[in-house]
Amino acid sequence: MLALFYIFIAVAVALGIWQVNKLLSFTKKTITNDNNEPVTAYIVGDENPIATEKNNDLHGKLFLAFLIGFYILMGYCLFFLNDIMLPESASIEGENDDNLFLISFVLIGIVQFITQGLLFGFSYKYRGINDRKALFYADSHKLELIWTTIPTIVLTGLIGYGLYTWNTVMDLSDAEDPIVIEVYAKQFSWEARYAGTDNTLGRGNVRNIEGINTMGVDLKDINGQDDVPVRELHLPVGRKIVFKFRSQDVLHSAYMPHFRAQMNCVPGMITEFGFTPKFTTEQMRLQEETVRKVDGINKIRKEKGEDPYVFDYLLLCNKICGASHYNMQMKIVVEEEAAFYSWLKKQPTLAELVK
Amino acid sequence: MSEHHHKETFITKYIFSQDHKMISKQFLITGIIMGVIGVLMSMLFRLQIAWPDHSFSIVEAFLGSHQTDGIMDPDMYLALVTIHGTIMVFFVLTAGLSGTFSNLLIPLQIGARDMASGFMNMVSYWLFFISSIIMVISLFVEAGPASAGWTIYPPLSALPQAIPGSGMGMTLWLVSMAIFVASSLIGSLNYIVTILNLRTKGMKMTRLPLTMWAFFITAVIGVVSFPVLLSAALLLIFDRSFGTSFYLSDIFISGEVLHYQGGSPVLFEHLFWFLGHPEVYIVLLPALGITSEVIATNSRKPIFGYRAMIGSIMAIAFLSTIVWGHHMFISGMNPFLGSVFTFTTLLIAIPSAVKAFNYITTLWKGNLQMNPAMLFSIGLVSTFITGGLTGIVLGDSALDINVHDTYFVVAHFHLVMGVSAIYGMFAGVYHWFPKMYGKMMNKTLGYWHFWITAIAAYGVFFPMHFIGLAGLPRRYYSNTAFPLFDDLSDVNIVMTLFAILGGIAQVIFLVNFFLSIFKGKDAEKNPWRSTTLEWTTPVERIHGNWPGKIPTVERWAYDYSKPGHDVDFVPQDVPLKDGEEES
Repeated sequence: MLALFYIFIAVAVALGIWQVNKLLSFTKKTITNDNNEPVTAYIVGDENPIATEKNNDLHGKLFLAFLIGFYILMGYCLFFLNDIMLPESASIEGENDDNLFLISFVLIGIVQFITQGLLFGFSYKYRGINDRKALFYADSHKLELIWTTIPTIVLTGLIGYGLYTWNTVMDLSDAEDPIVIEVYAKQFSWEARYAGTDNTLGRGNVRNIEGINTMGVDLKDINGQDDVPVRELHLPVGRKIVFKFRSQDVLHSAYMPHFRAQMNCVPGMITEFGFTPKFTTEQMRLQEETVRKVDGINKIRKEKGEDPYVFDYLLLCNKICGASHYNMQMKIVVEEEAAFYSWLKKQPTLAELVK
Repeated sequence: MSEHHHKETFITKYIFSQDHKMISKQFLITGIIMGVIGVLMSMLFRLQIAWPDHSFSIVEAFLGSHQTDGIMDPDMYLALVTIHGTIMVFFVLTAGLSGTFSNLLIPLQIGARDMASGFMNMVSYWLFFISSIIMVISLFVEAGPASAGWTIYPPLSALPQAIPGSGMGMTLWLVSMAIFVASSLIGSLNYIVTILNLRTKGMKMTRLPLTMWAFFITAVIGVVSFPVLLSAALLLIFDRSFGTSFYLSDIFISGEVLHYQGGSPVLFEHLFWFLGHPEVYIVLLPALGITSEVIATNSRKPIFGYRAMIGSIMAIAFLSTIVWGHHMFISGMNPFLGSVFTFTTLLIAIPSAVKAFNYITTLWKGNLQMNPAMLFSIGLVSTFITGGLTGIVLGDSALDINVHDTYFVVAHFHLVMGVSAIYGMFAGVYHWFPKMYGKMMNKTLGYWHFWITAIAAYGVFFPMHFIGLAGLPRRYYSNTAFPLFDDLSDVNIVMTLFAILGGIAQVIFLVNFFLSIFKGKDAEKNPWRSTTLEWTTPVERIHGNWPGKIPTVERWAYDYSKPGHDVDFVPQDVPLKDGEEES
């Protein structure tokens, strides 16, 4: 690949020098002046700096070619880059999101296809000819009305569905018996804390950070005694999870792309997000889209002689936070409820840890 | 106004000039130099993205102590993306674009001898110059330049413990931007006053070319929003230097608790984006204004829907000030606000659609003259549509959750405001070069420049949407920490190759530009057969613009191919014939 890159650069530079040299070589030419007398002139490159009929013709056709190339690019990206996309939403709340995205994407795809076609098509069709006069057509209330009304109607639908989805996702007030988890961000790692048997998190503040109490939980708070601090997230499938996010130092963003979930972690403030996992990690690994993506990845890894990759859910940092922003991650394991509780029981509570 | 014809020294003519045409050239050349720096930076970090573990001698040569064996440090990567963004958005596309063309065209197109205040105009340029110098100096401080992203969100930008660039580098960034805001405000006030007060006889507001409308509204948005950035920067300076807690609270870093209490970074985000979003239109509207003019002239047709165009510029300007929250859907602000901002944001699609359709209809049944400026304008409409459409995804809060801060966003804004605005700027340079230097630019080089740039721009930014949809976050120094992203590396390499191709294409422009200044073919008075007033001035570009009386305006700016006339354009200073109706 790198050799290709150097060859590419060399060819581009050579082509450039050749072209510039060709265009800018001062040619001595005999031309006629306004009084039809021949005079000698030094001319840089082409003689006429204004587009001629020949130029119009060439570049009109090039616009048509560009349009075709652009359609091919769009098609390629849509169909062949499909394999690298994220698999279907792994959370129940994310389903609406995927639907809305599909609708929006189909819609903008159609508009893109038509408008680019018209734009470059007209550029080709109406390329200038010397003895043609353009149509004097300055206004049409009917047309203006059409392309004000149609986008308005379409957007009203999109806004409606969008707001419905947004409010469903963001409204955590009606969650029945959710599992409350605090996700705690710092340069450059994640920690988490389960609310324990009372399902209430103990108060936290950075001023309480000391020794093993890395999340600054208020040890005098009775709610905090049964909290369970962990370094790897486990979630039970089919249960609503409510995340409370905190940050210790700068802004971070907890991004869980497979669940269509993201929320900033803001120092001095608690932010919230919630979702219900739909597939366990095992189920997701067997899912068709995931299998295809993982196969693609492993083909590349094999060529480079790296270990094969096994799919896992991830929590990534998605707000610039410093030097190791690019490597701030935590594994998420989604499992059956029974397995989840037996794992959770094995983790020591905060009270046991600080003892 | 013939008192302008006093004797000028080299210094008053070329350096401390008060002539709007000279100031516009100063803005352009400074903008081009900053642009070269910004583009070179993008080449460096694109190399890093494509080949994260590979040693490059060019990295070693440019980055000095901020690299090890030809591989840049993570902090330096963040610094490069930060300064690239800052330079391109503010120094090239705000000052370089508005500064150049507002200064050049406002007096010429409304029929004025000069700006309302030549002195303030000069001050505006020199403040911009000083701020550019400070920004460039900040690249050389020991701990590295500002590296908290161009949005400089605190606490990252406030704490040198969090990232080294937040020390002296950030201080210089803030000082530079404060001066920049002053420059921009002085310039904008001047533009507004000039357009309102100095129009020649007959130049009603409804006869102004659309360029003037775009520049006028842009200046208004600038005056409304830039002061807010200044206040945001001032409060940040207070937090950094005087121990206040406007943006900071409950921070534990490098093993100690800091004293800050009660502030919120979300406040900064609100203040920043109250400028930041209108800024998008400060960048874009002048480019659209230029495009309106270039497309009408080269289609030999009136711009379609002149009044609708003015209406949509105003609608966009108004809406742009009430949509900033769409950058903050997942910042932790109240979800109800998210709903409101989704609503206002998606409304912008309506005036934008009107503009796009009007451009396309202007081409319909035209007689298109494929000058380089025209190619860039058609290119602009294309990237404006492609980039604008993905805004429908990003402006929808529910969808934004999953694509926020991924490469999908990077692709979106580069197409809709980066590439589009740059195309507008190029179109302007090719179109009005004769008015700046009295010479013509080389057409063939212009063609090469356009086609390579157009292919490269889509080659970089179109596939970028899809790696964003694959969940790749932006501002990652390397994607190798996640096997999940291994299959994106090929796409990244292709994008980098196109980026380098696009960078090389700009060399063609630079060669053409500087060579044409000295060796270009002499321009005619009205080479593009255009109707607007600037083409009635002599080629010599005299101080005061018109040698005798300022022409009187008799008609609107778009009488191209009007029935009943022999030529296919009727300049604005030609009186209406008996019985002829104004369109």
